[in-house]
Amino acid sequence: YEPGSAESLLSYWSELMMDGEAEGSVSADSGRKRRVHGMLKLYYGLNEEGKAPEQPESLDPCDINGPHFDPELYLNKLRRECSLAELMDQETCMVKQIRSLDSDMQTLVYENYNKFISATDTIRKMKNDFKKMEDEMDCLSTNMAAITEFSARISGTLQDQHVQITKLSGVHTLLRKLQFLFELPARLNKCLELQAYAQAVSSHRRARCVLQQYSHLPSFKGIQDDCHAIMDKLAQELRQKFRDGGSSAKDLSECVELLLQLDEPAEELCDKFLSHARSRLESDLQGLEAEISALPSPSSKTDILEFIDRGCNEFVSSLCLVITSYQELFINHMANGKLHTFVDDLATRYFSLVERRIQEEKGVGDNSLLVRALDRFHRRLQAVAKLLPGSAVPNQGTEIVIRAAMERVKQYLTALQSFYMDSLTDVRQALATPRLSVANAPNSLPELLSSLSASILNQIKSVLASVHLFTAKDITFSNKPYFKGEFCSQGVRESLVVSFIKFVCQSSRQFCESAGDKGGSTPPALLLLLSRLCLDYETSTISYILTLTDEQFLVQHHSPVTPVTTLCAEAREAAQKLLNHYVKVQGLIISQMLRKSVETRDWVNTIEPRNVRAVMKRVVEDTTSIDVQVGLLYEEGVRKAHSSDSSKRTFSVYSSSRQQARYAASYTPSAPMDTNLLSNIHKLFSERIDIFSSVEFNKVSVMTGIIKISLKTFLECVRLRTFGRYGLQQIQVDCHYLQMYLWRFVSDENLVHFLLDEIVGSSAHRCLDPAPMEQSVIEVICERG
Amino acid sequence: MEDDAPVIYGLEFQARALTAQTAETDAIRFLVGTQSLKFDNQIHIIDFDDENNIINKNVLLHQAGEIWHIGASPADKAVLTTCYNKSESYCFLLSLSPFTASLFKSKWQLFFASDSRVVSCAAVWRMPSDWDTGNHESPDDSAHNPQTLELLCHLDDSAHGNAACVLWEPMGDGKRVISLADNHALLWDLQESSTQATVSSTATLEGKGQLKFTSGKWSPHHNCSQLATANDTAIRGWDLRTMSQIYCIENAHGQLVRDLDFNPNRQYYLASCGDDCKVKFWDVRNVQEPVKTLEEHSHWVWSVRYNHSHDQLVLTASSDSRLILSNMVSISSEPFGHLVDDDELSEGEDNHQDDKSKEPLKDSVVSTYEEHEDSVYAAEWSSADPWLFASLSYDGRLVINRVPRALKYRILL
Repeated sequence: YEPGSAESLLSYWSELMMDGEAEGSVSADSGRKRRVHGMLKLYYGLNEEGKAPEQPESLDPCDINGPHFDPELYLNKLRRECSLAELMDQETCMVKQIRSLDSDMQTLVYENYNKFISATDTIRKMKNDFKKMEDEMDCLSTNMAAITEFSARISGTLQDQHVQITKLSGVHTLLRKLQFLFELPARLNKCLELQAYAQAVSSHRRARCVLQQYSHLPSFKGIQDDCHAIMDKLAQELRQKFRDGGSSAKDLSECVELLLQLDEPAEELCDKFLSHARSRLESDLQGLEAEISALPSPSSKTDILEFIDRGCNEFVSSLCLVITSYQELFINHMANGKLHTFVDDLATRYFSLVERRIQEEKGVGDNSLLVRALDRFHRRLQAVAKLLPGSAVPNQGTEIVIRAAMERVKQYLTALQSFYMDSLTDVRQALATPRLSVANAPNSLPELLSSLSASILNQIKSVLASVHLFTAKDITFSNKPYFKGEFCSQGVRESLVVSFIKFVCQSSRQFCESAGDKGGSTPPALLLLLSRLCLDYETSTISYILTLTDEQFLVQHHSPVTPVTTLCAEAREAAQKLLNHYVKVQGLIISQMLRKSVETRDWVNTIEPRNVRAVMKRVVEDTTSIDVQVGLLYEEGVRKAHSSDSSKRTFSVYSSSRQQARYAASYTPSAPMDTNLLSNIHKLFSERIDIFSSVEFNKVSVMTGIIKISLKTFLECVRLRTFGRYGLQQIQVDCHYLQMYLWRFVSDENLVHFLLDEIVGSSAHRCLDPAPMEQSVIEVICERG
Repeated sequence: MEDDAPVIYGLEFQARALTAQTAETDAIRFLVGTQSLKFDNQIHIIDFDDENNIINKNVLLHQAGEIWHIGASPADKAVLTTCYNKSESYCFLLSLSPFTASLFKSKWQLFFASDSRVVSCAAVWRMPSDWDTGNHESPDDSAHNPQTLELLCHLDDSAHGNAACVLWEPMGDGKRVISLADNHALLWDLQESSTQATVSSTATLEGKGQLKFTSGKWSPHHNCSQLATANDTAIRGWDLRTMSQIYCIENAHGQLVRDLDFNPNRQYYLASCGDDCKVKFWDVRNVQEPVKTLEEHSHWVWSVRYNHSHDQLVLTASSDSRLILSNMVSISSEPFGHLVDDDELSEGEDNHQDDKSKEPLKDSVVSTYEEHEDSVYAAEWSSADPWLFASLSYDGRLVINRVPRALKYRILL
């Protein structure tokens, strides 16, 4: 225990003793220990038992442990309430408790006795130590009193001298100042000679107030006048220098600073400063302009990166310098408004130059140069933005970049389109030339198709790669929201990729429309090829290209974009139109042959047929070659089941029974409606044939279309002619020949049968002397032919 | 409001020639000419009883040959012209008329001397005056003993080749006709009650190859002084006063031009149709591009006809066996619909009418008629009822149809 806490220790002890007394009824060892701890805690004021003393303890006088215990009452109560045996028990119990309490007390006293002894020793020792310390303190205080006395005496003796010294040093300072003042004119002159204007101005500034203050003294007045004269001269010189303007921007700003310090009017200086700056910047701009106008000669042509570099280094950096010096010089005097108009004005001119230069950048070869130039342009303008926070210049710059990017995208679209048209021209030439060397002709069509689509795809990819530069990470403006969003979705996806696909479809459609009437201007093979191309686009290419674009540009569509399905539908429509047109053109070529052959012949006076006419052989040949051509690009397609021996089918129905029936009916002219009964019944059960109808994307459907057109023409032409006996027979022979060969090309051979039947039927009807040829003879002729 | 069902009439012969009886403005009457190489050809006079939906027919014999074209006089109900083929046998007759020789310049020239030939002629005819009274009294007789047409005069000039069609002067007095024969257009004056015809002037189409007029139309505008003709793919306009060409639409159609018609109300507007399945509308002042093109048919279009009073209604017939009625509002003389007079409007009748006038009027196909089984070569509007038209297919089926009532009321109201 520390000595200082001896007192509290004592109180602890006494409490402990009391507690031991009161604790009569609790006998258990652990209980006592706990109680001891409880008392310790009580001493430190720690826990719930600390509150206990404040609360009124049980006031029951019969509580043997309570503070208000009254032995009399207790005894009376016991005596009144308990039997003798109980009293006896109570007594033994109480005796036992008293005894255990006694022993507890003895143990406690014993345990704490030693501690008590040592505490008493400590206290005694402390008492001795304090005594010693008190003596030393007394000694110290006497010494201090002596020192104070000495010190007072010394300062008393030094007082006078100190005053004198202070006075002297004051005089010295004053003298130095006076000397400075007197020397000032000379110094200023010297400065003027050495052109150390800054020094002169600062010297003058220091002296100015003093001179002003003491100007009523003649000597000072003289100095002041001298100074004024010199300073006026200096100001004159400065002004002259400023006016000359030839010096660098730095000198200029220094000049302005000095002049400002000389209390020149800030407004005027500011205007002059800006006008000087303007003339210098304008000369920069003129340099740039000269470069642009010098461009037409390709030898001296600088590329856009150099141009922008020059612009940045000369114009933009000077502009920045002007801005900084302006802000340093005038910021306290003037509002920034003047500077803003100044900067905006010049920047607008600069921008117009830059835009002119960008517009001259037409070649789409290398995009990186342009992108780098734009990047630099944009980056340098950020400096202006930092210097002049409210300025519209950086935004305008960004707009220029955006415009340039959009322009670029447009140029790429044009380039893609012209590339596409060029490839088509190539294909056209390739289609025209192989006719000379027949050997490789059949193979060339699929090859041409694949090379065409591959080259277009490559071109698109390379264009996408070029455009992708605009959004590269290291380009400053790629972080602008425009380049992240709109440029990708509206610019690249919509106006480049989607527009190109639409262009492909549209130009394909134009082949059908413009060339359609004459038929000859677009080679049919090209139509077929394009149709297949568009169909391929519909099935795969479009979605591939768009996915590629979306992936490359991470397009997030804020505004609605053209969905893939629309494009696919458009491509399919174009493919359909092209194929229909192909069918039409090929059909017309064959139709023309048939028509000419029918129209130019005198069918009344013709000889008995011995051969199939050459034109029919030509028709079959052409049809076969068309079949081969279509087969190269389109699948076979489905055809209705046909009889195994279709080629042998006869026209017996027409040549004998049906025609007889028809003529027989004609002999009874009264009844309407029944003359063509058989024919009508036949038609009733056959479907209406649409001649120039849409075809499906397969070979059989295409061939069916072509043959339909040809045979219908044949029919209509036959109906316009009048036939002799042999004319009819010739038609029979021709139709049989066509029958033999054409059925295999079509989806439903009944169609060919029907149309050929109609032809023979119509020619029989248009015959002056209808005597049909024997079927067997027809067959012999055809097989021989 | 149900539309009336079409009325169908069957001829026993094949037929291509159809015309309305132009001079008849009370009865709905069509004339049909048949084509038969074996039998006497007929002209069927088809009367349509609008109220009872009944057809009455009368037959007149046309013994000269099969009829390719028929035209009714605008002045005299009984007078008509036909173009017909006549097949003549020249068996064992080796001498050739200069006309025949000029016809066949081809290499088959050697063969035909031994057999027969076919020539196309044109003639003006008069129907017997009592053709319809006879019919009413004894309907059976008329079928068995049809009366014969009375020949007024031939419009033949052997120097000018085969006649393709004969055109009456529209709204004229029935004194002037034009016949198109090979590459000549002949203007005839009919005199002495049409019994005498003299060529008053001719125009000839010059050019490479064998040029041949396929069809033509006499313009009702400009005091009937203009003619439009079609040959191959070109359409030409002629001034009849000088008989010289005034305009030419080269390549009007990709293929042969089959028919023409003038807009009855807009003097420079012309419709044409042809083998490219298209119907084109032209402004002859600017012949570079058609004003409008229709591509509704799936085969050659053989006939195009403007409605005589409501020129937005255009009828086209095609060898795809269809007849199409189109409503070409945008290029009609009433492009904004029926113009409502101011006082009519001021009666405040109608928001309802306002709505109607605001509706954008679009060109559209009104209806496609599929009653025919064979190629339809001719279609004509009735001269008496502007809402009624007839079409004729090769198998001899004549179908009479009406403009759908909904459209009719829309145009009228």
